[in-house]
Amino acid sequence: MLAAIKRPGWTRGALGALAAGAFGFGLVIALRAISDLPLYETEQTGYPHVIVPLITAPLGFLAGFGCFDYWLRWAAGLPTIPDDHSQHGATSWKDYFRFNTDHKVIGIQYIVTTFFFFFVGGLMAMMIRAELAQPGTQIVDAATFNSLFSTHAVLMIFVFVIPVFAGIANYVLPLMIGAPDMAFPRLNALSFWMLPLAGLMFVGSFLAPGGAFDAGWTGYAPLSTGAPLGQSFFNIGVQFAGASSIATALNFLVTIITMRAPGMTFWRMPLLVWANLSTSLLVVAATPFIAGVQFMVLFDRVLHTNFFDFAAGGDVISYQHIFWFYSHPAVYIMMLPGFGIISEVISTHARKPIFGYRLMALALIGIVVLSYSVWAHHMFVAGMFSWLRVPMMITTLLIAVPTGIKIFSWLGTLFFGKIHTFSTAMLFALAFIVTFTIGGISGVMLGMVPIDIHVSDTYFIVAHIHFVLFGGSVFTIFAGIYHWFPKMTGRMYDEKLGRVHFWGTLVGTWGTFVPMHWVGMDGMPRRVADYATQFGEWNLLISCFAFILGAVQLVFLYNMVVSWKFGPRAEANPWRANSIEWQVSSPPPIFNFPEIPRVVGGPYEFGVPGAKHAIMPGEGAEVPENEPAVAGSSSTAGASS
Amino acid sequence: MYGRLPIAKMLAATVAGTAVISAVMVPINWNGQGASTAAPKIDHLLNVMIVLSAFVFSLVMVMLFYALWKFKAKPGDESDGEPIHGNTRLEVAWTLIPTIIVLFAGGYSWKVLDEIEEPGDRPLTVSVFSQQYAWSFAYPGKDYAWNEGELHVPVDRPIHFKMHALDVIHSFWVPEWRIKKDNVPGITTTAIVTPDKVGTYQLVCTELCGFGHASMRAKVVVEPEAKFNEWVAALEQEVPEAYKEFLGDTESDPTPVGSGGA
Repeated sequence: MLAAIKRPGWTRGALGALAAGAFGFGLVIALRAISDLPLYETEQTGYPHVIVPLITAPLGFLAGFGCFDYWLRWAAGLPTIPDDHSQHGATSWKDYFRFNTDHKVIGIQYIVTTFFFFFVGGLMAMMIRAELAQPGTQIVDAATFNSLFSTHAVLMIFVFVIPVFAGIANYVLPLMIGAPDMAFPRLNALSFWMLPLAGLMFVGSFLAPGGAFDAGWTGYAPLSTGAPLGQSFFNIGVQFAGASSIATALNFLVTIITMRAPGMTFWRMPLLVWANLSTSLLVVAATPFIAGVQFMVLFDRVLHTNFFDFAAGGDVISYQHIFWFYSHPAVYIMMLPGFGIISEVISTHARKPIFGYRLMALALIGIVVLSYSVWAHHMFVAGMFSWLRVPMMITTLLIAVPTGIKIFSWLGTLFFGKIHTFSTAMLFALAFIVTFTIGGISGVMLGMVPIDIHVSDTYFIVAHIHFVLFGGSVFTIFAGIYHWFPKMTGRMYDEKLGRVHFWGTLVGTWGTFVPMHWVGMDGMPRRVADYATQFGEWNLLISCFAFILGAVQLVFLYNMVVSWKFGPRAEANPWRANSIEWQVSSPPPIFNFPEIPRVVGGPYEFGVPGAKHAIMPGEGAEVPENEPAVAGSSSTAGASS
Repeated sequence: MYGRLPIAKMLAATVAGTAVISAVMVPINWNGQGASTAAPKIDHLLNVMIVLSAFVFSLVMVMLFYALWKFKAKPGDESDGEPIHGNTRLEVAWTLIPTIIVLFAGGYSWKVLDEIEEPGDRPLTVSVFSQQYAWSFAYPGKDYAWNEGELHVPVDRPIHFKMHALDVIHSFWVPEWRIKKDNVPGITTTAIVTPDKVGTYQLVCTELCGFGHASMRAKVVVEPEAKFNEWVAALEQEVPEAYKEFLGDTESDPTPVGSGGA
């Protein structure tokens, strides 16, 4: 027992959470006692004796679980425990429940955790559609309905789409650039373990008195500053998700900049690496804004500051400016990694180099730069200074240009290729081009102020964001999961079930989200538990397709779980791809490479006679003649054989 | 090059696709009935966008399905495609042409925006008050005529709405007018509408404001000016004390929405 308490792990984590929670609670009681306040206070938004432990207990868990052990020992001048690499690799499912610094283990931890929240959030979507299938109130009351769609969005954004991309990149990216791990493995593990805490906090808010947060994922003040306790769960959960995101982005930036294999210049990086570089640039600069604005809301609620309290001179609209200064770039945080995935999948399965590779990379950087200058297009009817609308409209429309470059370059990649459509990953990639084009078109329409004035805050918005986030991001996530499933698990998935999942998802997505455009334009506002009877038939149809979309995800779940356990063994490179992660075994060895590979060419040189992307350890020392020998090559060549 | 593409045929298919999609979609009245001078302008802008979008969508579809039909690998074919890395002229084209299209769309939108926000002649100022979960309205006249839950406006006169929210953000939307504006606590927001059809409509709250959000509606009656004047004259309620502090704004000249303020 004592040993279990001393050793980092679940027991010590639970004790840490309890101790830190009790400390937070005691601190509140003690400070209130000193200040002659009633020890307990239950004003509507206050609850300091819940909110302070809500911050301290997760930190206590992380400390107890072992996330800070190495750093704390080092900071305290104690002898650090040298990493004996026992924390690398996973031999049984139990190893995924440990503090593990191996990027491949962390990648899988990310993906499984985020998909757990995908299914929880999806279940909420099903309840939302069940309630909306008919006008009137059938299943949940209006307050619960508001909690459901708020939590649905928050789970999908903060603990599914954003981190699942971090998970895929965590697994794939170090392999792709020929690195043995991420730059900061311990920080990487800490980033992951903050994530389930955030997710549990979002879901756990349903237990709070007054119900889960219900001011939408946007949490506009002053609705959020006056909301019941559940809103604080959102304010604090976002801090953990955001810190996780920022730390991971820093990790990616340092890894990409400093740990590329010799010979991998920026212009030889696969586009997935470019995409994650761009995304990380967005995350490190933008995410602090949402963290800040949620703290301001929390302070308004608990400490009675007046950031957004209009009666005391606060500025209500400034919430929206700060919020969207993060949350518009966040849209690209949720899309750029997907662009990277699509580039890998399409090039590999069309057996062709990416068309206009450099322009593709530059388009990503262009999106990063432009995305900081478009946030106010969410506020055309919000009552902000009206002169800002036209400049923001122009930048918003211009962002369609780099996005269009990407679409056309993928199409250009298909021309004169040898397109294979047997893989579910490729099907999702091709369907993504179509659905994302529709989402882009409706986005351009929304960017135009006069149209936006009419359709803002209607179901047209709901349709647009689901076309870009489901038809866009989630399609790319599925493409990525199917594409790298053999690499991650060492098993093949079932293509037949993959096809069922693909077609069901495609039909479900279009059937659900296309009619939403129509009812929105025709006058149905969004975020309503009830609606005018004239929209009843369309909503019933939307709900039916939504149930198909939901049900078919179970096929995906079954396919993944059963294939992971029983699927046929995967070879190293089932898709005959060029990038480095496919040149090692499936799953890759524990430290990825016995020797760091040498990169001697671009990542997509399909059909180029004699071209090679990388020379793997053990391969002969012969360097193609047109390639200059790279520094360090003499020591690498053949050393492992 | 690596063989010729039937460019002319692909363009013809794109144009045909554009024509078919436009022919189906343009006649549909997506935004429902229009009842303000802004409505036809916004609907026309939407139709122009539908035609442009139909072109872009058709182009993408033609390229995608042509490539899938023509360049699909035969079963068992494990060879690679042609090693084409790009084409500078093509890349410049699909950077510049979309730039021109979106700048045109932006310029046209700007023009429409200025038109629909013209202050117009003989404006009538109406104050809108929103709170969880009800609308009320004040009309200039004998000590501000006051009415709850039902908005009356004269037809064919520009109405300058001065909006005030008392608790959280609400949003004022009459779908037939195509005009929407948030009501924000602490500030006064403005919207200009010129209703041009007599009738009864619904005012819908479109900003999430709490559990009663879905049912926060009000009846809107657009009627001939004489009838409207009678209706206002018959109003007996004075503006309640709590709302009076906002009315200083109502007397002042309406700030043209397009030129700052709000």
